Amino acid sequence: MASKRTRIYVPSDTTARSVGADRVAAAIADEAARRGVEIEIVRNGSRGLHWLEPLVEVEVGGRRLAYGPVSAADVAGLFDENFHEGGAHPLALGETDAIPYLAKQNRLTFARVGLIDPLSIDDYRAHGGFRGLENAVKLDGAKIVEIVTESGLRGRGGAAFPTGIKWKTVLDTQADQKYVVCNADEGDSGTFADRMIMECDPYVLIEGMTIAGLAVGATMGYVYIRAEYPQAIRTMREAIARAEAAGCLGANVLGSGRAFHLEVREAAGAYICGEETALLESLEGKRGMVRFRPPLPAIKGLFGKPTVVNNVISLATVPIILDKGAEFYKDFGVGRSRGTLTVQLAGNVKRGGLVEIAFGHTLRELLEEFGGGTATGRPIRTVQVGGPLGAYIHPSKFDTPLDYEAFAAFGAMIGHGGVVVFDDTVDLGQQARFAMEFCAIESCGKCTPCRIGAVRGVEVIDRILAGVNEEANLTLLRELCDTMVAGSLCALGGMAPYPVMSILDHFPEALSARGPKQRAVGEVA
Amino acid sequence: MAKVEPRSATIEATIRALAEANAGRPGALLPILHAIQDELGYVPESAVPIVANVLNLSRAEVHGVVTFYHFFRTRPPGKHTLYLCRAEACQSMGARELERHVKETLKVDFHETTSDGRLTLEPVYCLGNCACSPAVMLDEDVHGRVTPERLDQLLAEVR
Repeated sequence: MASKRTRIYVPSDTTARSVGADRVAAAIADEAARRGVEIEIVRNGSRGLHWLEPLVEVEVGGRRLAYGPVSAADVAGLFDENFHEGGAHPLALGETDAIPYLAKQNRLTFARVGLIDPLSIDDYRAHGGFRGLENAVKLDGAKIVEIVTESGLRGRGGAAFPTGIKWKTVLDTQADQKYVVCNADEGDSGTFADRMIMECDPYVLIEGMTIAGLAVGATMGYVYIRAEYPQAIRTMREAIARAEAAGCLGANVLGSGRAFHLEVREAAGAYICGEETALLESLEGKRGMVRFRPPLPAIKGLFGKPTVVNNVISLATVPIILDKGAEFYKDFGVGRSRGTLTVQLAGNVKRGGLVEIAFGHTLRELLEEFGGGTATGRPIRTVQVGGPLGAYIHPSKFDTPLDYEAFAAFGAMIGHGGVVVFDDTVDLGQQARFAMEFCAIESCGKCTPCRIGAVRGVEVIDRILAGVNEEANLTLLRELCDTMVAGSLCALGGMAPYPVMSILDHFPEALSARGPKQRAVGEVA
Repeated sequence: MAKVEPRSATIEATIRALAEANAGRPGALLPILHAIQDELGYVPESAVPIVANVLNLSRAEVHGVVTFYHFFRTRPPGKHTLYLCRAEACQSMGARELERHVKETLKVDFHETTSDGRLTLEPVYCLGNCACSPAVMLDEDVHGRVTPERLDQLLAEVR
């Protein structure tokens, strides 16, 4: 009964590997050889259902069936039940695309993530890759910029600035050299969308950056990737080399006669370099010190030349807009938040992973329908949205729709879409302290309120938690937060107080020596 | 017969060669420092004047860059490096306990190396593995859903 070789997918991205995917792939290969079963193992990217990783898929009759989470020890049992022919097994999850977590998403930017072999250009093309670029090479720069503007795409790094308007500024600035810089310094805790794009669908980023280059008249691009992402760095470097060899990148993009070159630059572990002007300093070989604005990077950016600086997700979304049109993209979303948001459910959550969904759904839908509550099974005490500079959100705000303006209205931000869940054992006094500690560690040192204020913030919080002059120190902490917000050039010093203030406002009992933990000692309610 | 050069001279020749090989790249300093650390495991203080000379920068400028970035280290690390994530997602899943456990087990603080030179402990603020928290990176391999027991196993494997 020698049927044709069954294709088995075992993801190879950092998350799947971090929970044993390489051992699973090796065990499947060994077991298949031992049993004389002919299989082909494809190392795809993760589907983003991280609680099910390693998620193994088997292709049966043109459909992909999922099994997970699989450990190497499960492999023999899976073969016993003929999982390679779709056999029933306690780890069987049915058709992957029908898993509600995936079926309810709007995968636009992440359309191919998890489906394909990340480095196969043939796979990329077979799943709609390079169609956006093929359209773009036939258009002039102004037309491309018009389409991106019309789509309503806003910067997904966190600042949510309209991408098309930024590009138009670069297009309209005359210069002998312009640059496209991709900010892949994804430093916010709770975020991994950029890493997933780079590791699981690197050509979509290359395609998006190339379109940006054609749009604004830039011939050189840099991808600035954090040192903490060694696999993303390796994958992007290999993908760039292969895209050049295939004529999709380089001196003659898709035979258009137009050039766009791309290079990966490795960052060196400074959170501040995710701030675009500090990033440019770093690319120039300097300390990552924040620059004054104006001039805007779009006018005087890298090496003093007009520069597009965009986040990975913003750039990786451009190909589908150029492929399917601005109207198609704009149809998703609400208000001024058009298209999709890539939410990353992280921390103490039962079903953590990547959720790409149209703007407008509520935080509660995400936490309950997708996330399924906490991993520990305890009640959710708070979620921090938007990274280490984002507010700790009180459950009373969980019905807020995911929309940039709706979040800003109560002092929160969506940022890069990271949602970190905490259960009711969290010590929010310590979380407030950590916000200041992190700012002190990562401050570039340019602005005094950030450089010194963060250090003083830690000290003041320590005094409050120790019960020293609590009232006076709470007043001092608020004043310190105000000073940092008003007196810092960039978002690090300007927003590090946000998590602290959110705790002061919504969880005041946490910033007190008589907080819940201390109160429990010797005091019976 | 070629004379065997003293080790320091070899290191300095390596540094100069790496600096010269990358000097023509725009914004060459970070790529050069990465190349040195990839080759030697750290950026020795003796690299500062050599790199400054090759790039026509002041020593202060090069020193300033080396010391600004957390990733560059100026002393040789242990045989292996454990990066332990201290950021919020990992905190929500027990990273503070993991930190205490590893410091007690290894008898080192952050940025220190065990007395047998086997392992250096470094903090890291997010490895992008936040849905499988807590996470650590041992050399270049990320591990997720790490418990103190799992960490002990990982450390035993590189012992």
